[in-house]
Amino acid sequence: MQSKLELRNISKSFGEVQSLRNVNFRVIPGEVVGLLGDNGAGKSTLIKIITGYHQPDTGEIYFDEQKVDHLTVPKARALGVETVYQERALADLQTLWRNIFIGRELTTRLGFLDIKRMRTETEHLMKESMGFTSHAVTPDSIIGTFSGGEKQGVAIVRALHFQAEIIILDEPTMGLALSETNKLLDFVRQVKAAGKSVIFIDHNIFHVYEVADRIVILDRGRVAGEFMRKDISLELLVEKMRRVAKTGSLD
Amino acid sequence: MASEVTPNKRSDANDVSRSSRTSAFLRRNALQLGILTVFLLLWLFFIIAAPNTFLAPEIYASFMATVPFFGIVALPLTMVVIAGDIDLSFPSIMAVGTVTFIGVYDATQNVWIAFAACLLAGFLVGLINGLLVVRIGIPSLIATIGTQFFWRGVVLVVREGRSAVLVEPKNSLLGQILVGKLFDYIPMQMVWFVLIAILVWYILNRHRFGAHVYLIGDNEQSARLMGVQVERTRILLFAFVGLAAAFAGIIASLHVVNFFTTLGEGHLLTTLASIFLGGTSVFGGVGTIIGTFIATFIIGSINAGIVAIGLTGFWTQLIYGLIITVSVAMHTLLRKRLG
Ligand SMILES: Nc1ncnc2c1ncn2[C@@H]1O[C@H](COP(=O)(O)OP(=O)(O)OP(=O)(O)O)[C@@H](O)[C@H]1O
Ligand SMILES: [Mg+2]
Repeated sequence: MQSKLELRNISKSFGEVQSLRNVNFRVIPGEVVGLLGDNGAGKSTLIKIITGYHQPDTGEIYFDEQKVDHLTVPKARALGVETVYQERALADLQTLWRNIFIGRELTTRLGFLDIKRMRTETEHLMKESMGFTSHAVTPDSIIGTFSGGEKQGVAIVRALHFQAEIIILDEPTMGLALSETNKLLDFVRQVKAAGKSVIFIDHNIFHVYEVADRIVILDRGRVAGEFMRKDISLELLVEKMRRVAKTGSLD
Repeated sequence: MASEVTPNKRSDANDVSRSSRTSAFLRRNALQLGILTVFLLLWLFFIIAAPNTFLAPEIYASFMATVPFFGIVALPLTMVVIAGDIDLSFPSIMAVGTVTFIGVYDATQNVWIAFAACLLAGFLVGLINGLLVVRIGIPSLIATIGTQFFWRGVVLVVREGRSAVLVEPKNSLLGQILVGKLFDYIPMQMVWFVLIAILVWYILNRHRFGAHVYLIGDNEQSARLMGVQVERTRILLFAFVGLAAAFAGIIASLHVVNFFTTLGEGHLLTTLASIFLGGTSVFGGVGTIIGTFIATFIIGSINAGIVAIGLTGFWTQLIYGLIITVSVAMHTLLRKRLG
């Protein structure tokens, strides 16, 4: 099958720290890839290379089998990558609508903001999918006053609002209540059903196991192994994760 | 006054009645209403304390003539501060602009070419500030202290300390457009100040560029992650300050028909005081053009007011310094409270 996204031989260092070493990674359309690994394994670094935030030191990136040189955040977005970052990427002192549209404000051709439309669309999103139970939230609310889960909700809804080919979720369930977490997992299944791809990172191995088609394990910047979900039981997966953490190898 | 700076708390639930909308409006604009109140109270105080001065039209003509000299720089500098940077070099850029004007005018005898060169010089010097801060990564406070001395030094070397008389440029059409009088009363620099304020307001509040300015000052990392062109925006902001400083410099020089190598030196304090009094946060992410605009007139009237109520001019600096320190302290405390 044609791959939607492919990374070949990606390495990335920050000074002395080598965060990724010769990583090969592939996502096909309609596939949910779970990414597991310890703290500092390189998961977030990997996805930030896909989103164009970091430039890899070596290696190549392909979208739809086409090599993409010098990937940037706007370029990745244009290629259909939407991301919920682990650090949420929100601006606390700004309004909800400004946060929803960070970096891709709706504007006229001359760059003037279409505030009215951004407000209405934010209002719409809040009603449809943000699950804000308190009515006190408006598009003009400053998001610094939101609870942790509400902020995470904003980051998630923002990623869902824009038509995406690949949705990247880096610890999306962080701070979410059980019902919201289930909603999110349902959503991941819907995205898959629509033929889109998802990269799903979560320290909760059960969440990953529940939705992933394929699971990739990163360890100290290397791909330690990967499994099709249908070929591995949850117990065995937990066991392998434990072994990787201890010995650096799956077996 | 800054106790109203608190970001609008979520308005009360499920009732969208007129009164709650009004209160939402009040909360959203608390900062600007607060500064407006300070302005009106101070004005009233001056009128009561010195009616002879503050009820005469001359004093207002004088404010309108002099406030734009620093107000025009305060506008784009407000955007720089919102984006989380600062520029202390603008007084020297004011002088660089006028020195360029004089040099080009002497060579070409054409005020328009000289004026264009003056603005270009300001823009380029500002651009250099931006590059030092953004590309090399020097904190803007330090970088612009450095460039302030450097460009003042250039001005002194080029002029060998000499001042210059600007009678011909002042009497030219350009001079009339820049610093003439509208209806024999309103100084043209005031008209320019208002026009530039409207322009900068539009850029900051209604254009993508301004949206990015707020985002960068609020959380640069988020802005980068979401694809905002952080570097380009920050560099351009410094260039805008340079451009405005050159414009303000030539206006101030034409107004007094003289260029002095100290041009701009008195404006550092008034400009910064206006920005911080106007409610812009030193920490970035928060600030308004309307706040700065009103604050420039508060700052501009303090000097005249102090003298008119019988204190010596020595008080002025004390009060400006106090205003800067108190506004910045307020923002710091507020920020702590917000967590
Ligand atoms: N911008 C950066 N500068 C320096 N070092 C970095 C940077 N980003 C990541 N690193 C380092 O790279 C390594 C991998 O970090 P990364 O954030 O990718 O891990 P992770 O797998 O996402 O961990 P976690 O599960 O804790 O989120 C870590 O050692 C980290 O310190
Ligand atoms: Mg991470």
